[in-house]
Amino acid sequence: MTNVVAVAERELKSYFVSPVAYVITALFLLISGFLFSVILLQSNEATLRYLFSNLGVIWLFITPALTMRLLAEESRSGTIELLLTNPVRDFEVVLGKYLGALGFLLFMVACTLYYPLLLFIFGEPDPDVGPMLTGYLGVILQGAAFLAIGLLASSLTQNQIVAAVLTFAILLILWLSESVANFVGRPMGDVTRYLSTTSHFQDFSRGVIDTTHVVYFLSIVAAALFLTLLSLQARRWRA
Amino acid sequence: MIDVQHLTKDYGAYRALHDVTFRVEKGEVLGFLGPNGAGKTTTMRILTGYMPASSGTAKIAGYDVFTQSVEARRRVGYMPENVPLYGEMTVRGYLDFMAKIKNIPRAERKIQVERVMESTRTTERSNQLIEKLSKGFRQRVGLAQALLGNPDVLVLDEPTVGLDPKQIIEVRNLIRGLGGDHTVILSTHILPEVSVTCSRVVIINDGRVVAVDTPDNLTRRLRGSEAIQLEVRGPRAAVTARLQSVPSVTAVTIASDGRSDGVTTYNVACELGGDARELLAAAVVGGGFGLLELRQAGMSLEDVFLKLTTDETDTGSGEVAA
Ligand SMILES: Nc1ncnc2c1ncn2[C@@H]1O[C@H](COP(=O)(O)OP(=O)(O)O)[C@@H](O)[C@H]1O
Ligand SMILES: [Mg+2]
Repeated sequence: MTNVVAVAERELKSYFVSPVAYVITALFLLISGFLFSVILLQSNEATLRYLFSNLGVIWLFITPALTMRLLAEESRSGTIELLLTNPVRDFEVVLGKYLGALGFLLFMVACTLYYPLLLFIFGEPDPDVGPMLTGYLGVILQGAAFLAIGLLASSLTQNQIVAAVLTFAILLILWLSESVANFVGRPMGDVTRYLSTTSHFQDFSRGVIDTTHVVYFLSIVAAALFLTLLSLQARRWRA
Repeated sequence: MIDVQHLTKDYGAYRALHDVTFRVEKGEVLGFLGPNGAGKTTTMRILTGYMPASSGTAKIAGYDVFTQSVEARRRVGYMPENVPLYGEMTVRGYLDFMAKIKNIPRAERKIQVERVMESTRTTERSNQLIEKLSKGFRQRVGLAQALLGNPDVLVLDEPTVGLDPKQIIEVRNLIRGLGGDHTVILSTHILPEVSVTCSRVVIINDGRVVAVDTPDNLTRRLRGSEAIQLEVRGPRAAVTARLQSVPSVTAVTIASDGRSDGVTTYNVACELGGDARELLAAAVVGGGFGLLELRQAGMSLEDVFLKLTTDETDTGSGEVAA
């Protein structure tokens, strides 16, 4: 466990010295802040519901940039060799990397907390707390699932750009598979609808926690991390 | 301390290592000498558990690097070729991280980090970012990292490549000082490097061990000799003595051991000129031992030496290692 913490901590720190991470965070806050104010002005409602749906879309573009470096850069620069020849188990590397990225995502989410704060201060009547909490849960769960997919993509290549593009492609497919469902009909449509992140995300912003949605996102995390572990371990298989 | 037996490594259809066997005793500094592409890095990656061999075994302090990987890795400090480091970290931050993943207890960590920085003389740069360091300093940080936790075994892959002559001397002195406390295996393609730092040398070429000897003997052999390989059944000491009694023989070394059927492979170095093969065959048979094979070693040591870098001043320039 100390290894996981060490790897995660190193990863998290490296975000905070990376110009890319700052640019991403700045863009994220800029766009979400802009959406927040536009939505607020138009709807005149003290709610974050519409913002949350938009954050889901923003993740689509942001998480590939957060995860592209994780393992791809380690194999390109060769630091992975030093990491894996120390008494660190492969799953500790995977978990540590993942938690580091998740930590940074949580930091970005925390930066948006002043939106609800503003609503509480100036909203009349006070906004509903419930939907805000579930909305944040949904945003975090979706981000967590996206990061795991990004980590997997990053384990498959030495090229950060390839990792980012691959992640974006997978996320886009997951994102759009709901619309596909309308074309292909049943039973294929049921499958693609189930796979689509959109269909699992909406309930959270409406203030509902449905365990099937939670399970969906956590399954993506588990599956992607497991595949990442396999791709790391493939190196240790005897040729 | 390090026991490598019949290692073979295939990269797809390409065989990078053929039946590599050697041992390194405790406290020894072993030079792993061979031209570029000989298979040095491949061997070291197998030894450090980075990748598996296709067949054969390697043990570190008795732990198999494949089946007991984590235990073996605990005992090894490794400095990979080209010294990959995290550029965005400070020297101290990096060493602290490495100390953590080497599971050095918290109380000891700070002391250890200071100690290795002291012994590699990187303390003055401890708060600098690694990406801002010169090649020489990066090399020392790589070495510092390998020394953390005082591992029994140090595996150093081309530790002096890309350094200027002054830095080379420094690093070599440092490595020489490590013998005794540590068992060191260092690879190089520079001939003089081994005579300066190593007590014994394994020469590898095209994935095969072609000689195992002390640097002094190697230099002697370099002056002119011929290598003949014999497979003989019989007690080693007696066979070795018998072989040495042949007039033109200058050195007899055991190329492989670990076979249970009493057959041992010997490398015999002879003076140049005058074919010693007949005499050797007669000596073995006359001694009552079983001669299974006798052949001129595929490539004479000299051919291998020709491929090595012998010029100290040209260390590594343009040598972008594979
Ligand atoms: N990952 C790899 N895939 C395919 N071939 C490789 C790989 N690594 C090394 N080789 C080949 O194996 C041989 C030995 O390489 P290496 O162990 O790096 O030699 P050295 O370190 O002695 O220069 C070379 O011919 C090299 O091209
Ligand atoms: Mg090499």
